[in-house]
Amino acid sequence: MSTPVITVEHGAVGYDGRPVLRDVSLSVTAGEVVAVLGANGSGKSTLIRAVLGLVPLSTGTITLFGQPQRRFRQWQRIGYVPQRLGAGGGVPATVREVVASGRLARRGLLRPPGTADRAAVDDALRAVGLADRAADPVATLSGGQQQRTLIARALAGRPELLILDEPTAGVDAASQEAFAGALRDFVGDGGTVLLVAHELGPLRPVISRAVVVHEGGICHDGPVPDPAGHHAEPDHDHVHPHGPDEPAGLWSS
Amino acid sequence: MELFQYPYMQRALIAALVIGLAAPALGIYLVQRRLTLIGDGIGHVALTGVGAGLLLNRSPVLVAVIVATIGAVTIEVVRSRGRTSGDLALALLFYGGIAGGVLLVGLSDATSANLNAYLFGSLTTISPADLTTIAVLGAAILVAMIALRPALFAVSHDEEYARVSGLPVRTLNLLIAVTTAVTVTIAMRAVGVLLISALMVVPVAAAQQVTRGFRGTMTAAMALGFFAAGSGVWVAATADTAPGASVVLVAIASFLVVAVTGGIWRALRRRVTPSSVPAPEPHEVVLR
Repeated sequence: MSTPVITVEHGAVGYDGRPVLRDVSLSVTAGEVVAVLGANGSGKSTLIRAVLGLVPLSTGTITLFGQPQRRFRQWQRIGYVPQRLGAGGGVPATVREVVASGRLARRGLLRPPGTADRAAVDDALRAVGLADRAADPVATLSGGQQQRTLIARALAGRPELLILDEPTAGVDAASQEAFAGALRDFVGDGGTVLLVAHELGPLRPVISRAVVVHEGGICHDGPVPDPAGHHAEPDHDHVHPHGPDEPAGLWSS
Repeated sequence: MELFQYPYMQRALIAALVIGLAAPALGIYLVQRRLTLIGDGIGHVALTGVGAGLLLNRSPVLVAVIVATIGAVTIEVVRSRGRTSGDLALALLFYGGIAGGVLLVGLSDATSANLNAYLFGSLTTISPADLTTIAVLGAAILVAMIALRPALFAVSHDEEYARVSGLPVRTLNLLIAVTTAVTVTIAMRAVGVLLISALMVVPVAAAQQVTRGFRGTMTAAMALGFFAAGSGVWVAATADTAPGASVVLVAIASFLVVAVTGGIWRALRRRVTPSSVPAPEPHEVVLR
């Protein structure tokens, strides 16, 4: 259980000369479920985007499964769940078509989908409770169901490591429960998880370690901290810059 | 109908049908990336190639393929790098393209009729050699766009996810750019530089009014493009109208028919099954 799946050593990221992450070091070993917590703008999303290679490091090194990130090619071992899907041009796509994209890392460019691909897509749809919506256009789903579609897409590739960016932001309670269940199953099968969250909610029992990012640096790495201040109150008001106040149907935009 | 006994009309019909199939097969990816007007831009650039070809006494279509490809790759590089400056760079490229075309055509011995053939299309003057070029390039476009559909769909739908899947995103983007240039150049002979985007975009816009998935939209758009090309040429032959404009007007008419029928059908369905399915958001909302 001590194989490092992700290591970040003295990583720094800046946008247009403005530092967003400075001297961040982090290690995630196989089987761990690590939550990256922090306020909006703390740099927590940038941290996982740097791990994925979507944002270049200005200094420092990152390894994935023991290989330097620049030379890493086994992307089928990683399942990525973005915060939400970018604005598409309005061409409809079914839930199944989106989830099937998750097989591309294994399938390659030209090989047509086979039985194993279809079975993996079916399993992923069942895992998030969307098997009955497979033929529906994603634009007709609620925000939470769309988020579950993105999780199914990541699961369809049968990854060893899941990286999720705010998977529960603005997601209804039923979808949060479905998501926590899917994550428990994934971890039960030996998977490793790195997720960014603003609040843990029903995910809390699944998390094995928490990393708190504050002003571009890591200020806590250990057990999940207890909510403090007004966060500790059960129904505290919380205004997310994106999320709950947004209507369903992010995909159709 | 007896008009179609003439070889030049047969060539016109075959060329239109090939382009009617190929243009929407590429266009669906452009629509999905919100690049619906890119065909217009590359058409402007291709006109410079036409001018250069006429001036140098080389095949205008071949020179246009080369110049349009260079333009498309430049646009793709600008798109993948920049934001605001990219917008301006594109504008410069488009206006530079059309001005260069008009200037070069003027310098050559070509008449304004030559320029018009490329601006508005000239299906009936397609030579057997032209037809071979159109058929071969059209088939190549179709094969690439259909065989690579899962990967191109992933890149157009969510580029970051495609990168994390290890897909060669830059290569696929360049493939789309080059294919756009080739499609524009072969469609230039059929409908003209000014109407090319219509064949790429209108069938897709019509199909997505009633389809549920990406694959279905692509199939329906290709069928519509094929139908519009065939009946447009037929209308042009029987009513003696401009073929390019007729094809585009048939495509727009089918869009209107599909949109209105689809709207009525959805309204009826909603009345039959109230509130069982949440209504989709309108497609036009921009989340940026």
